[in-house]
Amino acid sequence: MRKLSIAIIALLLASSALSAQDVLRIITWKGYTPPELVKKFEKETGIKLKITYSNNEEMIAKLRATRGGGFDLAQPSQDRISFVQKKFPIYQPIDYSKVNTKQIVPSMLEAVKKNSGVDGKGYAVPFCYGTTGLIVNKKLAPDAKDWSDLWNPKYAGKISYRLKRPLLIGAAFGMGENPFALYGDKKAYEALMDKVTKKLIDSKKLVKNYWTSADTQKANMTSGDVAVESGWDGIGWQLHKANPDIDFVAPKSGALGWIDTYAIPRKSKNVEGAYKFINFMLKPENAAYFTNKEGYGTASLGAEKFLKKEIKDNFSRSFSKADLDNIKWHPAVPAGFETIESRDLEKIKAAK
Amino acid sequence: MSGNKKAFYFLLIPVLLWLVLLIIIPHIDLFISSFKVDGDSSSAFSLENYTIFFEEKIYWFTFLNTVLYAIGITLLAFVVTFPVAFYLTKVVDRKYASFLTLMLLIPLWVGELVTIYGWVIILGDHGVINESLKWLGIIDKPLPLLYNNFSMSIGLLYMSMLFMTIPVMTTLESLDDSLIEAASDLGASKFTIFRRIIIPHAMPGIVNGGIIVFMLVIGDYVAPNILGGKSNLWFTEQIYNQFLSTFNWNQGAAFGFLLLVISSAVIWMALKLSGQKLEKVGS
Repeated sequence: MRKLSIAIIALLLASSALSAQDVLRIITWKGYTPPELVKKFEKETGIKLKITYSNNEEMIAKLRATRGGGFDLAQPSQDRISFVQKKFPIYQPIDYSKVNTKQIVPSMLEAVKKNSGVDGKGYAVPFCYGTTGLIVNKKLAPDAKDWSDLWNPKYAGKISYRLKRPLLIGAAFGMGENPFALYGDKKAYEALMDKVTKKLIDSKKLVKNYWTSADTQKANMTSGDVAVESGWDGIGWQLHKANPDIDFVAPKSGALGWIDTYAIPRKSKNVEGAYKFINFMLKPENAAYFTNKEGYGTASLGAEKFLKKEIKDNFSRSFSKADLDNIKWHPAVPAGFETIESRDLEKIKAAK
Repeated sequence: MSGNKKAFYFLLIPVLLWLVLLIIIPHIDLFISSFKVDGDSSSAFSLENYTIFFEEKIYWFTFLNTVLYAIGITLLAFVVTFPVAFYLTKVVDRKYASFLTLMLLIPLWVGELVTIYGWVIILGDHGVINESLKWLGIIDKPLPLLYNNFSMSIGLLYMSMLFMTIPVMTTLESLDDSLIEAASDLGASKFTIFRRIIIPHAMPGIVNGGIIVFMLVIGDYVAPNILGGKSNLWFTEQIYNQFLSTFNWNQGAAFGFLLLVISSAVIWMALKLSGQKLEKVGS
């Protein structure tokens, strides 16, 4: 009996010693930690990775519940950091001297530093970027090219989108408005969202379904049930590879650009490991490996020379010069706006 | 203190720990937070989280919708499973009965998420049903079976009906066959036997199963989320949204409490209407 309890205590001690410095707990998006890179990192540093897949909303809720504990590194989108940080301090400021900034695209680093900033301190490092736009089946909808095609009667019953905030923003651009310009004026923004809501309710009968994940997004297109849907560029390009009729289309009124980042939770137990991982993932050859695999753009400077030709082709096929200049990058979301949007989204869902 | 008493107190500890730590304390915490509204720096006491429920049509409408659907699905579960339970306990040979019951339990082993995805495969536009109907030449366009209230109800019914079958089977097993035979000898019709003998005897099992099915359905999130369509509304999704999309935990807590209150009220009413006692049904 005594031997057993000693053994158990020894085991517990060993496992807790292991969890302090030799384990890095990451909460991230699916696809952001390719298994090959995980193996490489574990071999190089001896740090074991523990990965949890999530999304923006869950990431915030989980970190909020533990007041910034439970994970050593997180990957929120850059527009969802500062307002959260102001309300529930769940992250710690980034020590940019520990980040190998030479391997990061300078303009992106500056933008993320500023957008994630609270009281002059930056809270995030850019990792990858992409856009939200349209995924189109060219055989079924050869002319679909703007957000407004999501309520085009021509495609009745073959339209799908995700009922989340990017849709409201995209629809507003499709109606010729600029929602980002109203981020400083809550009243005007609310009025615009009411208009968008009405539009989407009126055109609801045209919609086949609302997709909810990358999987349902893909299934919609591969089954041929849907001609036009809102979607992420990386997914569109993955589908294009399997079926050349399907492709990502940048909407004429502007694709919505997002940047996903690295941020360190306040109670991270392995800050050193977190910085090691950030620097590892942004190393040009590793970043290029990720982009070649998942199709999303990278924030790594110098990764371009490692990119496959088909990946570069994706960008040039979907984005003309004008489309690139017209990408609407998400500014930081002001506090309280998501309450307005959420109520509007529920109204759309409830409408007949 | 006698040894017996010691054992009693010793075994009471885990029960109390469970109740207090996992049920009572979290509920008190939720209850308090449901009366708070977050300001910019501090939070104040307010009834706003509850009043907003009655002011915004979308909230109480969804709530009503959820409760009515849950009641409907509970009744449906009874209609569907009663013949099965009766067949398994009274008609089929004992040696096959346990095997058949085991077959019924299989969907429980793989978990709700997997069975729900199974229904996506069956009901989809290119799913088993639509493809076979097309092959038979009955339809040429796929029937809209998936992503509507129909598919959601099927999913909810499927994942909950076993919890009706088992308690009903237990009560039916204790029904003496000679009662049915005696009634039949005395000239009672099949319907009379069913209504006057079988149903009253099985009532505790039916109410027990009904309560479990109702609670499972009203609090389910997976089936409405995956099988529900563009117009379906389920109250748990709104609680989820309050916690995860708008970060308004206080509002979510208030909604959670409303759900708790109404489901308790419905169960209380069901007990009154059926003339059952909770103690009897619960055992």
